[in-house]
Amino acid sequence: MSALSDKPHLSRAHMLDLLRHMIRIRRFEDKCAELYTQEKIRGFLHLYDGEEAVAVGIIPVLEKRDRIVATYREHGHALVRGVPMSTALAEMLGKQEGCSRGRGGSMHLFDRATNFYGGNAIVGGGLPLAVGLALADHMQGHDIVTACFFGEGAVAEGEFHESLNLAALWGLPVLFVCENNLYAMGTALALSESETDIQRKASCYQISSEAVDGMDVVAVEAAARRAIHKVRETGKPYFLECRTYRLRAHSMFDAQLYRDKGEVEAWRQRDPITRFRSWLETNHMIHADDLTRIEAEVASEIAEAVAFAEAGTWEPVEELTRFIHEDRGVR
Amino acid sequence: MVDFRMPSLGADMEAGTLVEWLVKPGDKVNRGDVVAIVETQKGAIEIEIFDAGEVEQILVDLNAKVPVGTPLARIRTEREPAAGPPKAAPAAAPPTAPVPPPSARPVPQPVLSVPAVSVPSAAGRRRASPAARRLAEQRGIDLASVAGSGTAGAILRADVERHPGQAAPPTVAKRAIGLDLDAMRTAIAAAMARSKREIPHYYLEHQVDVTGCEQWLARTNAARPPETRLLLGAVLIKAVALATRRFPAFNGFYRDGKFEQSPAVHVGVATAIRGGGLAAPAVHDTDRLALDDLMTRMRDLIQRMRAGRIRGSELSDPTITVSSLGERGVETLYGVIYPPQVAIVGIGKVVVRPWVIDGAIGPRSIATVTLAGDHRVSDGHAGALFLAEIGHLLQEPDKL
Amino acid sequence: MSRGRTTPKAAAEPAAAELTYRDAVREAIRDAMRRDHRVFLMGEDVGRYGGCYAVSKGLLAEFGPERIRDTPLSESGFTGAGIGAAMAGMRPIVELMTVNFSLLALDQILNTAATVRHMSGNQFGAPLVIRMATGAGRQLAAQHSHSLEGWYAHIPGIKVLAPATLEDARGMLWTALQDPDPVLIFENVMLYNMTGQLAADAGAVEIGKAAVRRAGRDVTLITYGGSLWKTLDAATALAAENIDAEVIDLRSLRPLDDATIMASVSKTRRAVIVDEGWRSGSLSAEIGMRIVEQAFWELDAPIARVCSEEVPIPYPRHLENAAIPQVPKIVAAAKAVLGRA
Repeated sequence: MSALSDKPHLSRAHMLDLLRHMIRIRRFEDKCAELYTQEKIRGFLHLYDGEEAVAVGIIPVLEKRDRIVATYREHGHALVRGVPMSTALAEMLGKQEGCSRGRGGSMHLFDRATNFYGGNAIVGGGLPLAVGLALADHMQGHDIVTACFFGEGAVAEGEFHESLNLAALWGLPVLFVCENNLYAMGTALALSESETDIQRKASCYQISSEAVDGMDVVAVEAAARRAIHKVRETGKPYFLECRTYRLRAHSMFDAQLYRDKGEVEAWRQRDPITRFRSWLETNHMIHADDLTRIEAEVASEIAEAVAFAEAGTWEPVEELTRFIHEDRGVR
Repeated sequence: MVDFRMPSLGADMEAGTLVEWLVKPGDKVNRGDVVAIVETQKGAIEIEIFDAGEVEQILVDLNAKVPVGTPLARIRTEREPAAGPPKAAPAAAPPTAPVPPPSARPVPQPVLSVPAVSVPSAAGRRRASPAARRLAEQRGIDLASVAGSGTAGAILRADVERHPGQAAPPTVAKRAIGLDLDAMRTAIAAAMARSKREIPHYYLEHQVDVTGCEQWLARTNAARPPETRLLLGAVLIKAVALATRRFPAFNGFYRDGKFEQSPAVHVGVATAIRGGGLAAPAVHDTDRLALDDLMTRMRDLIQRMRAGRIRGSELSDPTITVSSLGERGVETLYGVIYPPQVAIVGIGKVVVRPWVIDGAIGPRSIATVTLAGDHRVSDGHAGALFLAEIGHLLQEPDKL
Repeated sequence: MSRGRTTPKAAAEPAAAELTYRDAVREAIRDAMRRDHRVFLMGEDVGRYGGCYAVSKGLLAEFGPERIRDTPLSESGFTGAGIGAAMAGMRPIVELMTVNFSLLALDQILNTAATVRHMSGNQFGAPLVIRMATGAGRQLAAQHSHSLEGWYAHIPGIKVLAPATLEDARGMLWTALQDPDPVLIFENVMLYNMTGQLAADAGAVEIGKAAVRRAGRDVTLITYGGSLWKTLDAATALAAENIDAEVIDLRSLRPLDDATIMASVSKTRRAVIVDEGWRSGSLSAEIGMRIVEQAFWELDAPIARVCSEEVPIPYPRHLENAAIPQVPKIVAAAKAVLGRA
């Protein structure tokens, strides 16, 4: 385990919390996979298995007033941020009790209450949005950080460069988090980037940047604390490259022809949940019944969410054109 | 016992082919275990099971392509904790939302009914703007009677506005023709213009020796008072009517792109009205009338015509028209077909000509009988035979 | 080239000033920025350069670099930033130099701005205004001469405006900024130099209704933006031939003011649509279809349209002129629907 320098409070309670968050995400994604094979979730489904340490390490460090922009692989981010599991799952089933009234589905979870700005399906599309949110806060003098999560695939898009440039040029409080899981859908990083050291690209825009082991939740949290503190202090952007791995396929319908099974297995040995649990056990910070309790609570919460989502209702077709513009009592 | 089914792995996956089982009956499985490999259009994908238990039975053979949702194996599940086993529920299709009533604005759909006037209705299409059509419908004006001033003769609203319109609403089949010669001329203009626009006329001419007819008439009429005498016109009309029995292609209506042969023969008798009017009311069942009766009917028609008391049905019923100039006029008369009829027979004035009979030249009364035929329905060959038949019939007037 | 144009029917008020369309737009921006501190202008060369079309000249000195914000050449980046800023409480005016470059920002406009309210279930909206210059006529050739208002008018979730008069150039912006959803404003490049009279107290105008700029009886000429003045000139020429044309300035391209259009066509029974977009799949096709849907039975002639030729706009003057709608073509089209040679 990497040296835990200062910030993360290594109390048992906090460690259990981190573990619980990661397990909660893992089991939830698993349930989503099952529902997808049963055709209850439709369209595209992108699961977060293996990357949990990134969302769990960073998001709890943010304040309620801070903003989050994420991608289509955002279930974990939404959950750890506090979007209720029930409304997230209802959203994925397309029910109007979902957080986006069922209209967005898996790729478009939005939640105003937790300042969760999606759920964006265009690779790189969320970065200018994040820059804009931070611009507004900067101009209005708010002490707010915008955390923008994206995969390393977004680095190829022009919007990545435009956004980093703007954020640095104008001094905007954006925490750019690149979840480098080495594959943009089926394209390996080395085959799409001439420079694969991603955090180095950010530094070329005069943005403070670092890379961290994305499979180590404590390391991620430590880096996040440093980064967020810096952003708040300076009002300037920060770039955090989290080196991680996606244990499942890109989406459900993916034969994974582009990567070697051996590679997947090797990374599975570094599964963030397994590693963290082992470390905690080795250091006697958790007991067997903690795990049992966590799994039971998670299972129970998931079962309730499933029941809630399945009992949910369909938005009436007459409402189709509602909210295309702001409803002012006039349809 | 639960079924392990072919999973949906993508929005566009409808079926999969099982290519390998990684478990066999008796094996224990846990949630998340990979139990089989499925070949899809994207490649081979490992599929996992979401139940825990023991494999009881494999249901599907390898290399079978099965739709999503098909049971692949039966799993005997263990007793699950209180949270409840995630049952492999049959893939339920989302309940269909009740189909709501359409909320769109109703698209204006005025009923465009063809006015039920019994003038010859529009057999072919007339070009008329929507505004013109609607006004015509409102006023009960048949577009066939309106002259169009728009491009390619299209009827515009102003054309309908100019039209004097009909006296009665278009719900009754009968229509009285008053002696409104202006209206009559307008209607004739419209009908004739339409005829020339839509009907491809062909013309044939046949010179018929009617000497025998004249002689027969002279003999027949010799013993009759004037009011019951037969005129040559009746004889000619009867001959035409009979000829149509053998040549039905000249007796009927061309409507909606096809010819409707008429079972009955109602010859329209073209009659001029002093002052410039012209109409061709029908003598019904002309072919069945005895000559005397035919003559009576014709007299009646002409009389009523001049008084303006012709019934609408008499105007719309003719299945063929005969136009004769009687003793005035010219030797040859080519008619214009009254749509929706398909033929008009024209008869010029009888002229005494030198003729060859049995190798010698002698004076004979010759009438030039013409046919204007609708080439969509008949051709010159048939027309010629038809005219020839009329000529033959006129050689035996006593049989008419 | 400047041309004195007074909007028909706008009486010159005692306190009216003579100014250009460009001046009117600048006044609109200045007025909005003074009234609402959340408003700011962002785009390429809007600050130090004074605006590509000199619209924002002088505003940097008045409002400072935070609120008159020069951007790098990053259309997607700064348009997305404008959208994000709007979502977080500001009222940005994003200036995309021209509609030609807006294509780089199309993803943000369509996939973020236009979708966010509906897609998030009404949790977030993007109340920003995006202004763009549009149109041909300055011999700027194929990549700088597009009229793509019709494309944008295709997108649900946004509003699209085309101010053609000084009043509208002055007044539409404020109303657009009040709208909780994205509004696009298209300024035709040929209008910036247009001069006219504008009342000193001219202010916000409504957006969403078309205006009848000239009443007439014989044919309805429907148009927008840069083509309005050509259409009015055509109406004058037609009047000399005893054809009384009614001219409708659409003003709002999305939503379209069906009521005004149909009332006019019901009266005149003939319609000619003048649209600087390329004919195929253009806004004129949409308007023509709506007329067929809603006023079919009133028509006394087929609907006609005058659009740009289906070519990339060429550079030499005579070819450029031939490629876009001109007064003689409009006159000819109107006469044709009246059956006059």
